[in-house]
Amino acid sequence: MSLRLGIDVGGTNTDAVLLDGRDVVAATKSSTTEDVTLGILNALEVVLTDVDPAEVSSVFIGTTHFINAIAQARGLEQVAVVRLATPPQSLLPMLDWPDHLTGIVGEHFYVCPGGAQFDGAQMDDVDEVRLRGIAKQIAEAGIQHVALSGVFSTVNPEHEELAATLLLEELPDITVTRSAAVGRVGLLERENATILNAALRTLAGRVIDGLEQVVARAGISAPILLSQNDGTVMTLDRAREYPIFTIASGPTNSMRGAALLTGIDDAVVVDVGGTTCDIGLLQRGFPRESTVAMSLAGVRSNFRIPDVLSIALGGGTVIEENGAVVGPASVGFRITEEAKVFGGDILTFTDIAVAAGAESIGDPVLVADVSASVRDTALRIAAERVIEAVEKTKLTSTDTKVIVVGGGGPLLAVLPGLEDVIIPAHAGVANAVGAAYAEAGGEVDRVYNLAGTTRSEILTAAREEAIALAVKAGARAGDVRIVDAEDIPLTHLGGGQAVRVRVKAAGPFHDFTTTDKEGR
Amino acid sequence: MRLIDEAALDDMTLGSTVLGSGGGGDPYIGMLLARDAIRRFGPVPLVDLDEVPDDANLVFIAGIGAPGVIIEKVPRAHEYERVLQQLERFTGKTFDYVCPIEAGGLNAVTPFATAAACGVPVIDADGMGRAFPHLDMVTPTLFGQQATPFVMVDEHGNSMFLESLTNAWGEAYARAGVLASGANATIALYPMTGADAKRSLVRGALSTATAIGRTLREARENHRAPVDALVAGHEGVLLFTGKVEEVDRRNERGWTLGTAKLSGLGEDDGHTFTLHFQNENLAAERDGRIVATTPDLLMAMEIDSGVPIPAEEIRYGYRVAVVGMPADPLWRTEAGLELAGPRRFGYDVDYVPVEAGARETVG
Repeated sequence: MSLRLGIDVGGTNTDAVLLDGRDVVAATKSSTTEDVTLGILNALEVVLTDVDPAEVSSVFIGTTHFINAIAQARGLEQVAVVRLATPPQSLLPMLDWPDHLTGIVGEHFYVCPGGAQFDGAQMDDVDEVRLRGIAKQIAEAGIQHVALSGVFSTVNPEHEELAATLLLEELPDITVTRSAAVGRVGLLERENATILNAALRTLAGRVIDGLEQVVARAGISAPILLSQNDGTVMTLDRAREYPIFTIASGPTNSMRGAALLTGIDDAVVVDVGGTTCDIGLLQRGFPRESTVAMSLAGVRSNFRIPDVLSIALGGGTVIEENGAVVGPASVGFRITEEAKVFGGDILTFTDIAVAAGAESIGDPVLVADVSASVRDTALRIAAERVIEAVEKTKLTSTDTKVIVVGGGGPLLAVLPGLEDVIIPAHAGVANAVGAAYAEAGGEVDRVYNLAGTTRSEILTAAREEAIALAVKAGARAGDVRIVDAEDIPLTHLGGGQAVRVRVKAAGPFHDFTTTDKEGR
Repeated sequence: MRLIDEAALDDMTLGSTVLGSGGGGDPYIGMLLARDAIRRFGPVPLVDLDEVPDDANLVFIAGIGAPGVIIEKVPRAHEYERVLQQLERFTGKTFDYVCPIEAGGLNAVTPFATAAACGVPVIDADGMGRAFPHLDMVTPTLFGQQATPFVMVDEHGNSMFLESLTNAWGEAYARAGVLASGANATIALYPMTGADAKRSLVRGALSTATAIGRTLREARENHRAPVDALVAGHEGVLLFTGKVEEVDRRNERGWTLGTAKLSGLGEDDGHTFTLHFQNENLAAERDGRIVATTPDLLMAMEIDSGVPIPAEEIRYGYRVAVVGMPADPLWRTEAGLELAGPRRFGYDVDYVPVEAGARETVG
C-alpha cells in the first residue's frame, strides 16, 4: 500500500490526513501549538496509530508560516535590492510599501546598468565593475540576502543569471533571489515578491528544517513536498529558496480538498470557519483565480490567488437582537468556552444551527430554550447571505453544485434553501486533504517575438514547454493537461511583433492512482 | 488655480481609469511617477483654461508605448523633464504650461512629472476627454492644429524632433520612433497658444477625473455600490450587468482587437451583450442591437468593487457592469465623428449616443 500524508498547519488548527488513492483512511484535527512542530507531531501520532510509517510514500504540507510572517512582520531579514536597468531610476524598489515592513527589510537599493527590451534584446551590458562595487557595499552593510531584478528578465533572464553569478563570486555566503524565477511581467510587483522572498529565506531554512525533523521523528522517510499557491507542490529544497510560493496555499488546499472528497471538479465551495465563510469557485478541479493581483500585507504583488469571497458568518458568529443581527462579531476560537452549547452565555451561529437540528456539537440541551422565532430569523438572515455569496460566485445561471467544507460546514445543512448542499465526510479536514491531493505543475509566462513565426506556433511551443516542466516536476506524462492559457499581444507596436503568453500545465503525481474524471 | 497634492492625485488616478474606457495604460505607474515628483518638488498648481493668457505657450506631455512594456521598463522622471527642455531647445520657444493629451489612463497624470520638475502649472483640460489610441485623435485636430513640431525622448538618451505634413503622418513617425526606443518613450506634442487651447481643448478634464475618483472612493468607504454612485453622479448610463462568457482577443496592425461576450445577470438575465474593443472599448451590442459607440465612453467595471477592467485584461468569468458616458460635445459633431467615430475604427455602423442605449428599466 502506498499512502499519501497531508498536513495543514493553520493559524488555529493543525490537521493531518492519510489518503489511499482517493480514499481517506485516517484524519485528525488538533490545535496549532506555539512551537508548530509539536502540533504536527501530535497530529501525526494520531493518524499513524494503525499504520506503519513505512507505508507513507509521500508527505504533503500546507503551511501559513510564511504569509503569517509577512502579515505580522516577524522573522524577516534585511534585504539588498539590486535592479538591472538604465540608471538613474525614478520608481525605486519598495516605493509603495507599508512603513513597518520597510523598517524591517531596510531600504538598500542599488541600480546597475543591464536589462532587456521586450523582445529579449539586450538593453545595456551588465556593468561588472559597478556590480562588484555594489557587492562591496552590501558586504559592508552586513546584509545576507539579495533580491535581484532586471527589466524584462521574464523574457531574457541572462543578465540576472550573470549578475547572480558575479555577486555570489564576491559574496559566497549570501543568498540571491532572481526575480525571473519568482514573478511575472510587471517589474515593480515582481521585484516586491522577490524582496519578500529574500526577506523570508532565513526563516524558511529554519521552518523547513523543523518540518523535516518532525516528519523524521514520526518515523517517516518518504519525500516531503510543500503546497504552492496554485494547487501544485514543490520540493523542500526549492521551498528553502522560494518560500513566497506558499503564501496563498490555504484557500487553494481547501477547495482542492472539496474536489477530492466529492469527486466533483466544477462547483462552488463554501469553507466554513469560526469567523467567516470563504466562498470560491472550482473550475476543472482548481480554484478560479482572482481578477486583481494579491496584496501581501499591503505590498503589491502580481501573484494571482484564488478568487475567494469572505462573508462574516462562521461557527462563532454572535447572534443578537432576537436573531435580527447576525455577526460580524465572532467569539472565534473561544467558542468552546463562550457558546451556549458549551455552557457559555453567548448565542452563536453554532447554537442556532444546533437548535435547528444540525449535527450535534456540544450539548444540544443547552440550546433547548432558544425561541423558534429567534432561531428562524437568524437562520433566514444567514441563509440569505450564503445564497447571495454563492450566486455571486457562480459563473453561469445554470445549476452549480455547492460543496461545503471546513470545521463549521455541517452547520449550513439546516439553512433554508441550502438543503441541496453537499457536505462530504471529512469536510472538517478538507485543507489537509487538498494538500495531499496536490499535483505537479509547470508554468510558462513569457513575451514571445512574433518575427518569423505565428501565434499558433508560439502557443503550441509554450504548451509543450509547460507540459514538459510539469513532467519534470513529477507528473505522469500522459495525464498532464493545460489548466490555464492566455495570450496578450503587446499593443501600440506597428505590426504586432510580440505576444505575452502564459500557460500553466498540471497533472497528478506518478504515485497517485486516479479514477477517470469527468470533464477533462 | 489649486494645488494638486498626493490625496488629490489618488482620486485623479482612480477616475482616470474610468475615463480610459478600457484602454490608456495602467494609471498606477503614472501615479507613482507623478507622486514621486510631488514628493520631491511639492504640490503642483492646476489652472483653469480661463486663467491661461491667450499668448502663453503650452504643450501636451505624454508617455507613448505599449502598456505591457511600460509596466516593465518603468518610466523615469528624467525623460519627463528632458522632453520639455528639448522642445524648447528645438523650437526656441519657452513653454509656460503643460497639459495632458488624454485624461484617461496613464497619461492623465504623467504631465505632473514634467510640471513639478520644470516648475510650470498643469492645465485642467485635455485633448480627448477620455483615451484614444492615435495621437491625431484629439480635439485640436478638429480645429486644424498641428501635432508637430514634436519631440520624443527615450531613456537611452535619444531625442527625435519631427515636423510632419499632417497629424496622421505625425502618428506614423511617432509609432516608428517608439518602436525603435523599445516601446516606451516620452513625447511633447501639439505646441499651441492659450488662445488655441481655449478654442479646442476639452475643459475641466482633470477635474472630471478627480470627481469620478472621489465618487468611487467615497462609495467604497461608505459601503455603497460604486457603479450606482458613478451612474448617479456623472451622467453615467448603466448599459448592462453580466458575466464574461467568452473573450476573443487578437493582434492586428499592432492593436489589441477583439470582443467580450457577456450573459446577463439580475435584471439582464436572459439577455446578451457584446463589447467590441481596439485597445479601448469602442462599441457595444445588446441582444445584437448597437446601443453605444465611440466617441462616447464605455467601461466594464467589476460589479462589486467598481474597479474598471482594461480591455487587455478582461477575461472569462469576470462579473461586470458596463457603464457608458457621453463624450465631449466637440466629438459629437460631424467632424468629430469622422475622426473618432465607429467607422474610423472599421465598424460599419452609425454612431449611437449612449443615452439612447440605456437599459430599459424592468418593472
